[in-house]
Amino acid sequence: MEERRIRVLIAKPGLDGHDRGAKIVARALRDAGMEVIYTGIRQTPEMIAEAALQEDVDVVGLSILSGAHMTLVPQVLEKLREVGMDHVVVLVGGIIPPDDVPKLLEMGVYRVYGPGTPTSQIVEDIRKAVLHSASSAQLEPVP
Amino acid sequence: MSVAQALLQGDRRALSRALTWVENATPEGEELLQSLFPYTGKAHLVGITGPPGVGKSTLVNQLARYYRKEHTPLKTVAILAVDPSSPFTGGALLGDRIRMRDLAGDPGVFIRSMASRGAVGGLAWASGKAAQVLDAAGFELILIETVGTGQAEVDIARLAHTVVVVQAPGLGDEVQALKAGILEIADILVINKADRPGAAEMARTLAQWLPKVEGEGEGEPSWQPPILLTTALRGQGIPEVARALESHRAFLQRTGLWQARERDRLEAEIRERLREALWQTWEARGGRERLEAMVQAVLQRKMAPQDAVRRLLETTSAQP
Ligand code: B12
Ligand SMILES: Nc1nc2c(ncn2[C@@H]2O[C@H](COP(=O)(O)OP(=O)(O)OP(=O)(O)O)[C@@H](O)[C@H]2O)c(=O)[nH]1
Ligand SMILES: [Mg+2]
Repeated sequence: MEERRIRVLIAKPGLDGHDRGAKIVARALRDAGMEVIYTGIRQTPEMIAEAALQEDVDVVGLSILSGAHMTLVPQVLEKLREVGMDHVVVLVGGIIPPDDVPKLLEMGVYRVYGPGTPTSQIVEDIRKAVLHSASSAQLEPVP
Repeated sequence: MSVAQALLQGDRRALSRALTWVENATPEGEELLQSLFPYTGKAHLVGITGPPGVGKSTLVNQLARYYRKEHTPLKTVAILAVDPSSPFTGGALLGDRIRMRDLAGDPGVFIRSMASRGAVGGLAWASGKAAQVLDAAGFELILIETVGTGQAEVDIARLAHTVVVVQAPGLGDEVQALKAGILEIADILVINKADRPGAAEMARTLAQWLPKVEGEGEGEPSWQPPILLTTALRGQGIPEVARALESHRAFLQRTGLWQARERDRLEAEIRERLREALWQTWEARGGRERLEAMVQAVLQRKMAPQDAVRRLLETTSAQP
């Protein structure tokens, strides 16, 4: 009866309180028709993985402006794997030096976004990524 | 192993997937609800409702924490938190989890956010079904936070065993709440933000409007809704709310109302499913085409809608 809606978790791991970007992205995704679970600041990697699992999201978006992305992102990815949510699309936004971007992509991040990214691009990327993974991981029963 | 089996064995990934199926009304979801049905009917379903921003999520967080850490006996808790979908884009910002940080990392808690997806009345179309899934998964207490509207949400009164109506001072006057008929659905009335001025006064005013109950015994068993003050932000007044929840549950069970409500709910579900099934059967028997012909006849005033329905029922049997 309902079409399937894209569900996105927006979380801020680490200790920085820069939440403007995360909120702007959350609102833009909602306005694009997605269901956005916003968990607020200071989330541990465990909390993020747990929320992703309970909410059965398609996408996990991390906003990091503290400079701690090279430690936080691998931890979140590891925890997602532990709870069996490694099929989700992971996006990272915030202050990420260009040198770190390929390393993050290598780890399994789908895309990295810096200041000034138009939210329309984020919307488009998510639609593309979820459409792509939908047939494989999203609708099959749990093994 | 099937998703249903995994879920019954406590697999949280399976539970989460099951909730998605049910929420999206997929055939897998229907099948799952069917196979889980024998395991439902045990949980205490508690609705938490009230105007936006009164502290429903904060209260849910504290109640769940209390039931997990201090209550005797400890109980496992599932939370369904409903927030509104935008009527324009269908998107939703689900923010209730922000207030539920204290519950992180506890395997005895499961929190799921739900968008209302066009349903009015404070719940989503699939909220009751999602509650059934959580019930089958073995959660003893299911806290259902409705969309904050401040209206008397009949849907939650129908779904939950116990309805907690939350109010807070300084949001406008109590007459507003009275007009909305919110007291009629309250089994427990909580005035949160008791740290703010006006809480005690609000409690007094609302108390005057609550129906006074004569005590059990004669006639219909009745329950006097208690008015409780809480400061959920600091965890104050929470044990009292838990105690009221437990007394209300005991009251329902003692008086047979628990069974009666269960019966009404199941009858409503059977009726709804029957209506849907009859309609589908009727349509599959060519009802749709005959309907179109009748609409034309009615449109040309050759027959009244009443005659059209009679003719349709005569010529297209809905019996399986
Ligand atoms: C505003 C601001 C603040 C405000 C924050 C207000 C708030 N609630 O957000 C205040 C004044 C509080 C603040 C404080 C501090 N700040 Co400051 N702050 C900024 C500033 C100027 C702008 C950030 C911002 O809001 N941008 C607007 C939003 C919309 O952009 P955005 O967050 O980048 O988001 C976009 C993209 O990155 C991306 N995106 C972001 N998140 C996500 C998530 C997903 C899922 C996706 C897909 C995309 C995405 O999309 C968004 C839209 O395009 C930046 C400098 C800058 N130019 O970025 C410094 C900056 C981030 N701050 C910095 C610092 C150091 C601090 C302080 C430590 C300063 C201090 N010594 O006290 C404190 C720390 C406070 C704390 N508790 O953490 C540094 C960080 C350095 C680093 N990472 O190496 C910066 C880079 C300034 C600098 N050049 O040194 N700050
Ligand atoms: N002063 C005070 N503030 C409180 C109390 N409980 C909650 N709040 C604050 O009230 C605001 C709203 O709390 P929520 O728990 O999100 O309220 P809600 O009813 O769930 O809100 P919606 O889901 O948006 O309708 C937050 O800023 C809380 O911190 C309290 O006891 N005292
Ligand atoms: Mg809330």
